[in-house]
Amino acid sequence: MAAEVIRTVSIISGIGVFLATLLTLAERYLLNYGICKITINDEKELEVKGGNHLLSSLLQNDIFIPSACGGRGSCGLCKVKVLSGGGPLLPTETPYLSREEQEGQIRLSCQVKVRGDVAIEIPEELFSIREYTTTVEKIVDLNHDTKTLFLRFKDGEELDFQAGQYVQIKAPQYGKNSEEVYRAYSIASPPSDKGVIQLIIRRVPQGICTTYIFDYLKEGDQLDLNGPYGDFFLRDSDREMICIAGGSGLAPIKAILHKMEEEGIRRKATFYFGCVEKRDLYYIDEMQAFESRIPDFRFIPALSGAREEDNWTGETGLITEVVDRYVEDGSRMEAYLCGSPGMIDACIKVLLQKGMPEDQIFFDKF
Amino acid sequence: MEISPFVIFFASIFTSNILLTNFLGMYSYLSISRDLKSSLGLGQAVIFVMTVTSVLNYLVYQYILVPYNLDYLRFIVFIIVIAAFVQLVEMVLERFMPNLYYTLGIFLPLITVNCAILGVALFLVIREYNLLQSLAYGAGGGIGWTLAILALAGIRQKVDETKVPKGLQGAGFAMIVTGIIALAFIGFSGILSIQ
Repeated sequence: MAAEVIRTVSIISGIGVFLATLLTLAERYLLNYGICKITINDEKELEVKGGNHLLSSLLQNDIFIPSACGGRGSCGLCKVKVLSGGGPLLPTETPYLSREEQEGQIRLSCQVKVRGDVAIEIPEELFSIREYTTTVEKIVDLNHDTKTLFLRFKDGEELDFQAGQYVQIKAPQYGKNSEEVYRAYSIASPPSDKGVIQLIIRRVPQGICTTYIFDYLKEGDQLDLNGPYGDFFLRDSDREMICIAGGSGLAPIKAILHKMEEEGIRRKATFYFGCVEKRDLYYIDEMQAFESRIPDFRFIPALSGAREEDNWTGETGLITEVVDRYVEDGSRMEAYLCGSPGMIDACIKVLLQKGMPEDQIFFDKF
Repeated sequence: MEISPFVIFFASIFTSNILLTNFLGMYSYLSISRDLKSSLGLGQAVIFVMTVTSVLNYLVYQYILVPYNLDYLRFIVFIIVIAAFVQLVEMVLERFMPNLYYTLGIFLPLITVNCAILGVALFLVIREYNLLQSLAYGAGGGIGWTLAILALAGIRQKVDETKVPKGLQGAGFAMIVTGIIALAFIGFSGILSIQ
């Protein structure tokens, strides 16, 4: 009996041991790429451990490629020109790359794995993106699900950014969350304030980063961020401006308005701000104050689902409907949109119908 | 009389289709059959894994389990062999065929628990197939399974464009379609049959 048990166990274990050894060896030799070299713009060389994604390998060497989704392949922002060593284009990348980009060797750096020596090309300004450690100076509640974070830079450090650009916050490991994640937030404060920046954060249910900010982060804590990123900023022109924002999309528009006020930029401008009900609105007084301080600026808040007890007398309906009512001829205008992809796509459609040239529509989707 | 491997090969595709007559591997069949492209990806992975694991399991069974009278342990052994093989394939693909890895990548873990693959391994033991017959049965079983999922995916793609009564949407409708396809396939059974 005992002999039989021992024999059975040893044979089954033998099979297990054999397969486990085989897999371990395979892991060791098949998935080991050794040290790989990344050549950037033909001048800078990095040595990284192979097998990781290009985005994270660059991040480890303090080169920050913009990415809003944190490397999950869902935002399509982390585009990089890969000259050699990137391997074939993957099905996970094609939805985010136009035909010209695919032919121009553009890849999503969060999907390309470093499996050997790689040569890439990135814009020089990405080198100026840095990581900063800031102190949370103040957290202000704006409404039931939105807060403003005031972040102070260390003495001697400052952030040089354009109104409308964004930074990425690093949410560390906390509670049940076991990974570091980066999430993008637009800067809401004037670009002249280089020592303290303000970010408007709206709670995302179950969101890793917003849960951290809402439930864990306290005044006086340290918060890491990197930036500035983005090509969404105020352009130099005389065209009449239309700004449209939904939810926390107000942040970059606020920065743009600060800049217009401070620099005395005189352009006709209208800001349409869409929310669902009255309790979602915030910064209304500030926006109305801009109306009196910036000549030719108008602020139009609109609710798409106002409740009866809201006693709302302002504009109602989806923000696209409001824009449709107010704008007649868009051909000599310029638009700045910030909000969810659905809202932005719908707004672009309306603006194009109004005759606005496509290259005069600037947007920041999140 | 010993059945020719050719007969087994064709029978396992049509008359004894593992999915349509034994209803094995239903989970991935129902969940991945929404579009033709993914179905084809999963089907390719199933064909490959089923063919190789049926041979591997045959060898393990004949040369390890039977000589030591351990054939009652075949369930656990077959599962380990299939799981280890899938893992190995995943690594090889990642290293040498990244493109295929990303096409099949998400399907490989699904295959580890696809009972059609375990089913094939168990059937070839019960039916006392030899090595060639096992190979034919594995390959045929995989092709048959792929054929079934492609048929369903093609129909579902068409049906998705029409109005389906609420209670039948999704799996309900797929089950009915599967039943009708199964009837059609069983119609072949007069031509050749294995068990």
